[in-house]
Amino acid sequence: MTEDGAKIVVDADSAQAEPQADAIPAKEPVPATPELPVIAPDMPLLRIDGVVKKFGGVHAVNRLSLDIRAGEFFALLGPSGCGKTTLLRMLAGFETPDEGQILLDGKDIAQVLPHERPVNMMFQNYALFPHLSVRDNIAFGLKRARMPRADISTRVSEMIALVKLEGLEKRKPDQLSGGQRQRVALARSLARRPRVLLLDEPLAALDKKLRESTQHELTELQRRLGMTFIIVTHDQEEAMTMADRIGVMDAGHLEQVATPRKLYEAPHSRWVAEFVGDVNLFEGEVGPAEGTRLAITTRDAGTIIAAAPHDPVTKPQVCVAVRPEKIKLSRRGPATDADHAQSINRLEGIVTDVSYLGGFTTYKVKLDTGAVVRSSMANTARLDMDAYNATQRVVAWFTPDDCVVLQQ
Amino acid sequence: MSVRRIFARPARFAAIAPYIWMVLFFLVPFGFVLKISLSQTAIAQPPYVPVFDLTQGFAAIKAAFAALSLDDFRLLVSDDLYVLSYLRSLVVAAVSTSILLLVGYPIAYGMARLPRKWQGVAMMLVIVPFWTSFLIRIYAWINILQHDGLLNQILLGLHLVSTPVVWLSTDSAMYLGIVYSYLPFMILPLYATLAKMEPSLLEAASDLGASPLQAFWLVTFPLSLPGVAAGVLLCFIPIVGEFVIPDLLAGSDSLMIGQTLWLEFFTNKDWPVASAAAVLLLVLLLAPLLFYDRLQRRQLEGAR
Repeated sequence: MTEDGAKIVVDADSAQAEPQADAIPAKEPVPATPELPVIAPDMPLLRIDGVVKKFGGVHAVNRLSLDIRAGEFFALLGPSGCGKTTLLRMLAGFETPDEGQILLDGKDIAQVLPHERPVNMMFQNYALFPHLSVRDNIAFGLKRARMPRADISTRVSEMIALVKLEGLEKRKPDQLSGGQRQRVALARSLARRPRVLLLDEPLAALDKKLRESTQHELTELQRRLGMTFIIVTHDQEEAMTMADRIGVMDAGHLEQVATPRKLYEAPHSRWVAEFVGDVNLFEGEVGPAEGTRLAITTRDAGTIIAAAPHDPVTKPQVCVAVRPEKIKLSRRGPATDADHAQSINRLEGIVTDVSYLGGFTTYKVKLDTGAVVRSSMANTARLDMDAYNATQRVVAWFTPDDCVVLQQ
Repeated sequence: MSVRRIFARPARFAAIAPYIWMVLFFLVPFGFVLKISLSQTAIAQPPYVPVFDLTQGFAAIKAAFAALSLDDFRLLVSDDLYVLSYLRSLVVAAVSTSILLLVGYPIAYGMARLPRKWQGVAMMLVIVPFWTSFLIRIYAWINILQHDGLLNQILLGLHLVSTPVVWLSTDSAMYLGIVYSYLPFMILPLYATLAKMEPSLLEAASDLGASPLQAFWLVTFPLSLPGVAAGVLLCFIPIVGEFVIPDLLAGSDSLMIGQTLWLEFFTNKDWPVASAAAVLLLVLLLAPLLFYDRLQRRQLEGAR
């Protein structure tokens, strides 16, 4: 419970509704998300307040407010065109907001020119200066800051060691591999020790293996330097691996700001549930509540017993979201336990599709109502005699705590 | 490999075609000019001796070879007329190319920063004057610059001057004509390098604390140097040998080498001296070309 308690503090100033902490099933294996010890200070490092940016009458960013604390690794996640890059560019100063404030350390920097901001950016295409060596690329920002020559030399060497580029100092960018260029770009943007480092899809150009190791290195680096990182990405795995908090954006506004785990296990809206990860959705009508349980009558899956959400349900029409790995398959259903028999949701159907993906297998089950439910189960045993095949009749079951009731 | 087989393979032929062109239309004529430059002027047809006559046998050809001399080249370097012509050509080319760079760079820079759909239009505007004959455009300038021409009328009308200014037959008119005529050759290569430059590089520069002016000098300008080199060479080399513009717009008191060459050839009928002047000009122009070649090689190596 302490872990969940800490997470509530993380979100305390995001002005978002708190879903029930105990809605998170304790028995599910939880991926070890490293979490910073978070203390909410009075004034965040960066406060974005009611920012609006229009391009030719279209709102790229629409009345967006967000607080980011010092030392935080924050990810802006969203589909392309959701305004996340525009927001990042406003933080860097390449775009000026039409309305609203961007407060850095309490000072409005919305109209400050990019070269006068204590903020640096790592560009998606790296934007390394092709005519300058690795060393001169990294020193570029330091020279502009009129740092003494000796200090520049020390700092550049530090940076080169930090990103492990020793021996490549004299190379030009086009004599480097993609991964090396990415490191130069990172070193260059870190050299000035910015108050906030902005990263625009920093790993998009790397291949999968390199991307995964770089994700880890970036997180480690951020912890070590204690700097504030804001990363823009469309890759949810990347956001979840690296970030302390994720802001999910759609159509110019933030849909939800939460820790990776909360975003996945307690999405605020149907859109977030569908955007982050895979999900089964059942639309239905809310029946009378029985204590902490709600009965929802759905067309596709009969009556589903779900844990009542933290916020009172105000609409009769709701949507029940169940993640595929929360839906377990068995031949006869779970052993009936007198205490819980009533509350376990059982759906019967036929397996229509089996996809073996190594670590886990996903199944599509066509229910007797005609709806299709997806389930994914970890392949915990190497030799699984009991694996389900297509055309097999199964029971798909999940507990009320596995359900998230969504009102929007 | 037999000639037949070379021509049987179109791809190979395409590869050697430029060399055939160079040999037929550059090296062979240059051989003629070089030979004439080593000959002596004579009142004859053709107006120089010796003449190689392959029908006279080996001894005659040997004698003809013995008659060749470097006298005309000695004359070129010892006579002020030629030395001054060369110097003037180089000075005019250097000054014009500098003006062209100063005028052309901002235009190319502006073009490269236009919205995409307007860049094509701007490019057209630069090229369209070339659809009119070069001579007609120079004559139009004579018309504009003459005593009662458009320019003087405007200046008088605006009361900027009280009497018509003499423009024609001055160096100003010549520079105007040269800059006007060669501007596209400066703009197009500059535009080509500036347009392909990543805009994110300037953003990166400003993100790292460079003011717009610093970003220009530290990023844009160094990266546009290949375009600058190409534009400078495309202008400098032909301007050194320019004949028509100085002849029509400049005064006749000092001549560029192209004019001197023309005089020797057509007025003095001294083909050998004219040829020697042409050969020397080519040698002079090889220097910047070799420099450009080295520059390009360095860039290719840098890109590897």
